Amino acid sequence: MRDIKSFVEAGLIGQFPGGIHPPERKSPANQQPLRRLPLPAELVLPLRQHIGPSGQCLVKVGDNVLKGQQLTEAKLSQGLPLHAPTSGTVSAIEERPTAHASGLPEMAIVITPDGDDRWGPKQPLPDFRQQDRATLIEHIQAAGIAGLGGAGFPTAQKLASQKPIQYLIINGVECEPYICADDRLMREQADEIVSGIQILQYISNAEQVLLAIEDNKPEAIESMRNAITGIDDISLRVVPTKYPSGGEKQLIELLTGAQVPHNQLPLDVGLLMQNTGTAYAVKRAIIDGEPLLERVVTLTGECMHNPGNVWALLGTPIDHLLQQGNFQAEEETRVIMGGPMMGFTLPVTAVPVIKTTNCILTPTLEELPPAQAEMACIRCGACAEVCPATLQPQQLQWLAKAKDYDALEQHNLFDCIECGACAYVCPSEIPLVHYYRKAKAEIRNIAREKAKAELARQRFERRQQRLEREKQERLERHRKAAEARKKMQQEKAQQSAPAADQPAATKPAQDKSSAVAAAIARAKAKKAAQQAAQQESSDKDT
Amino acid sequence: MSFRIAAAPHGHSQQSTSGMMRWVCYALLPGLLVQSYFFGAGVWFQLILAIVTAYLAESLCMMARNRDARSALRDNTALVTAVLLAISIPSLAPWWIIVIGTAFAIIVVKQLYGGMGQNLFNPAMAGYVLLLVSFPVQMTNWLPPATISSHDLSLWQTLHTILFEYTPAGYSVEQLRTNIDGVTMATPLDSVKTALSQSYTLDEIFQRPQFGVLAGVGWQWVNLAFLLGGAILLQRRIISWHIPVGLLAGLLIPAFVAHLLAPSVMPGVLFHALSGATMLGAFFIATDPVSAATSPKGRLVFGLLIGFLIWVIRSWGGYPDAVAFAVLLANLSVPLIDRYTRPTVYGHARGDHNGN
Amino acid sequence: MSIVVGLIAIGVLALIFGIILGFAAVKFKVESDPIVDQIDEILPQTQCGQCGYPGCRPYAEAIANGDDINKCPPGGEATIKQLADLMGVEAKPLDAAHGTEDVKKVAVIREDECIGCTKCIQACPVDAILGAAKQMHTVIEHECTGCDLCVEPCPVDCIDMVPVKAKPETWQWDLKSVKANVSMADNIPVKMVE
Repeated sequence: MRDIKSFVEAGLIGQFPGGIHPPERKSPANQQPLRRLPLPAELVLPLRQHIGPSGQCLVKVGDNVLKGQQLTEAKLSQGLPLHAPTSGTVSAIEERPTAHASGLPEMAIVITPDGDDRWGPKQPLPDFRQQDRATLIEHIQAAGIAGLGGAGFPTAQKLASQKPIQYLIINGVECEPYICADDRLMREQADEIVSGIQILQYISNAEQVLLAIEDNKPEAIESMRNAITGIDDISLRVVPTKYPSGGEKQLIELLTGAQVPHNQLPLDVGLLMQNTGTAYAVKRAIIDGEPLLERVVTLTGECMHNPGNVWALLGTPIDHLLQQGNFQAEEETRVIMGGPMMGFTLPVTAVPVIKTTNCILTPTLEELPPAQAEMACIRCGACAEVCPATLQPQQLQWLAKAKDYDALEQHNLFDCIECGACAYVCPSEIPLVHYYRKAKAEIRNIAREKAKAELARQRFERRQQRLEREKQERLERHRKAAEARKKMQQEKAQQSAPAADQPAATKPAQDKSSAVAAAIARAKAKKAAQQAAQQESSDKDT
Repeated sequence: MSFRIAAAPHGHSQQSTSGMMRWVCYALLPGLLVQSYFFGAGVWFQLILAIVTAYLAESLCMMARNRDARSALRDNTALVTAVLLAISIPSLAPWWIIVIGTAFAIIVVKQLYGGMGQNLFNPAMAGYVLLLVSFPVQMTNWLPPATISSHDLSLWQTLHTILFEYTPAGYSVEQLRTNIDGVTMATPLDSVKTALSQSYTLDEIFQRPQFGVLAGVGWQWVNLAFLLGGAILLQRRIISWHIPVGLLAGLLIPAFVAHLLAPSVMPGVLFHALSGATMLGAFFIATDPVSAATSPKGRLVFGLLIGFLIWVIRSWGGYPDAVAFAVLLANLSVPLIDRYTRPTVYGHARGDHNGN
Repeated sequence: MSIVVGLIAIGVLALIFGIILGFAAVKFKVESDPIVDQIDEILPQTQCGQCGYPGCRPYAEAIANGDDINKCPPGGEATIKQLADLMGVEAKPLDAAHGTEDVKKVAVIREDECIGCTKCIQACPVDAILGAAKQMHTVIEHECTGCDLCVEPCPVDCIDMVPVKAKPETWQWDLKSVKANVSMADNIPVKMVE
């Protein structure tokens, strides 16, 4: 801890291993001011937009909704609520293709806008310093804010940690080529971002805020520098351009000189990282009382003839964005959601913008040539040189192809951040990250199957126990019934015997007759037991 | 409208395996030119023979394995193997030497192990060692450098010698190696080894005609030319510095110390650096990525091991030069080196390999 | 005399090594599961009985007693391979007499046709069917092992085995499947800029 403190106080910028310098191509999209789009014909809001389960739906088809009205309910640690991005009618709740590499359909709420864009009631908390931490966190949760930088982790969950936070790191690095959504936002909304940062700092109680921007965004740096003048506890850190310096772990190493230990979170070492876009959304939620309804999306690539950054309502179909970007399709065009390094191709354009959609990239084939046929690995080690996690990608690749999942975990496959640097430099054009993703999915699948098998086994064993117990109980019942019958018969015999030959009875004769009665009773009991057994076996057969 | 589905990342650095291999061949050109100047045009004939053999062998193997032969040839790895082997053997060696060596390198050492990327041993060096132990006479018949040779062979004479083992005038290679005084001109490394065993001192040995200002006549320039080629590869980032630096350090540091301790019997740094296949080995042979260690640290160790083995074998071994043996021995130890030089993964404690 | 010395020396050595071995046996004792547990761990626990035994555990016991390892269709090749590794025998192809490897399925009851006879509830080896006599039954999807055992007893044939639906979070990054995934939602009109 002391190490980090002295490092940060000295204002140093560290280094992380590996990394690459692909062509940045932020222009021309970063030259255009942010613009607002006309409302699309419909908005598609998948119930699950983020890590975690989907919320409970609060509306039904035909309902009229107001802008900002809550559509789903979710408690803290159970995902995030969704809100209507504009006023209109819920026209359907059905399966729609989602913004996911698989293109698989998921449940979504479809809203047809009425064009009025009428707000529902807002709940602003402008004097946030008068509120306690829990209220603010609840407010952020209720606003449905997820990390807008990458994985879309619910922001309130991160903030709700009880661990003491030393540094709040605001990530404005945006290291992936083409993407310039945060760049434009920082240029145009610097003051609001700073308000958001201050709210985040107040909630997290961080001693100091480090605002990191890559040195290829001089305008954004300038704008943010102006916005933070006079605020002592926010310091600007300009980091050199290198991909993937915006990765959470990589940026932490750059700013603190320390690595987050394996199996720990930044929170465990007193660090909290939030994206600039998230800070902006937090400001809107707290000061203006507006839930997360829209985000900045970069429209870029040479097939996009009107590139730039737009405010897109969540749920806006990509179709609509492509129209606004004046997209001209070519043969075999790729429509990539995300950047060129980590983005995924969309099979259809009917998918909606979700909370983590930061870029729609439509490159021409010359601009980003598709991968050639994969050649054999020559173990040149170029991938290991650029791996920011210091993994051995070539080794992982052999193991992934051999499906040796134990060895993959031993070689720390799950420390791979899937940045794609290895595949970018591979001279044999091996889609390394793709192999890792597949292997990871398969390992998770195996774990899931195993857990399921374990559950099935337990249930099977308990059922066997139950059946056994029922059988015993039944036997016990039959035994008791038989005993009772026997007793009854004995009593009967005893009652009748004395009545018949009481006067003439000698002792041996009496003995004899009682022995006969006992034998009859035994035979009857036996028969009863047999019947019971038969009945039981017939029970079993049914 | 159908869109293309592809895996991320969607761009590529444009460095390709076949391009890298092509550059290795370009970088060999200075050395090849100097070598052909000093040791005759035979090396070009050997080159043609080697390349034809390699391509034929590779195509046949790929066809036998039901793979596409054209794509295998496009990666240029067979080309590099052929070129390295052709450079390594004496330029007037009979034609079947290079054919056997190249075919062995491609078919047995490379393809039988699973083809490109799968071979444990450096194919060119394994081929070389096979030839050296099978045909020691042909494989050590190096001509004296042209500048001190008493024979000057035309192209036709060279080709004739390679094809029929005699010049058109009926001289054997053995006779060609003999100078006017009737003394057979051995290579510098060979003569040092032989003369030292006959109790000459190094000073006396270096007075002989085949030694020049730096090391052996001819050989010194060939080595410098390969050093230049190596610098091109380094500059173009086709190889990293770890293996060459490791190899040279492993060879030259012991040589330096030994020379200080026993100047009359242990040759110094310059001699070792510029004799035999030192530079070719350091920049072109040991740097074959397939059979080398993988991590940067591992490559440094790999290079050091090769260099040290070269020095040991040159000093005390039975063969005058040792690059091939050293490389093969180091290839054997690659799994061990790789295991102990695995880099520490981000966030893991140093040396922690998850229970390994 | 020398023979005596030799004998003593050997004896002492034997004693020392014996002590070392005895010590090592205690100190470095490896606790391992009984073989039946290890086999049971590998089996897929569908409890389907396709192997001819009433459940996975009985089959595990049978394998431990030398039965063939290739009688488990739900586990398929992967399970056979793991069993082969564990038992130190050669992996062999799945015995077709016991069924073939299939995609994962779950049972679904067509609820409006169900007459509430409870026969399927009694057949289910993992108690994954909910219901009571004369009441409609339903399958708890995530607890169904897809064993197929409930289909046969149903007097009105209202149980279907349907393939498990792919979900984004369990998707195996098979890019070739993407177009097919999308065509499932083909009825949605896709407007494109021409």
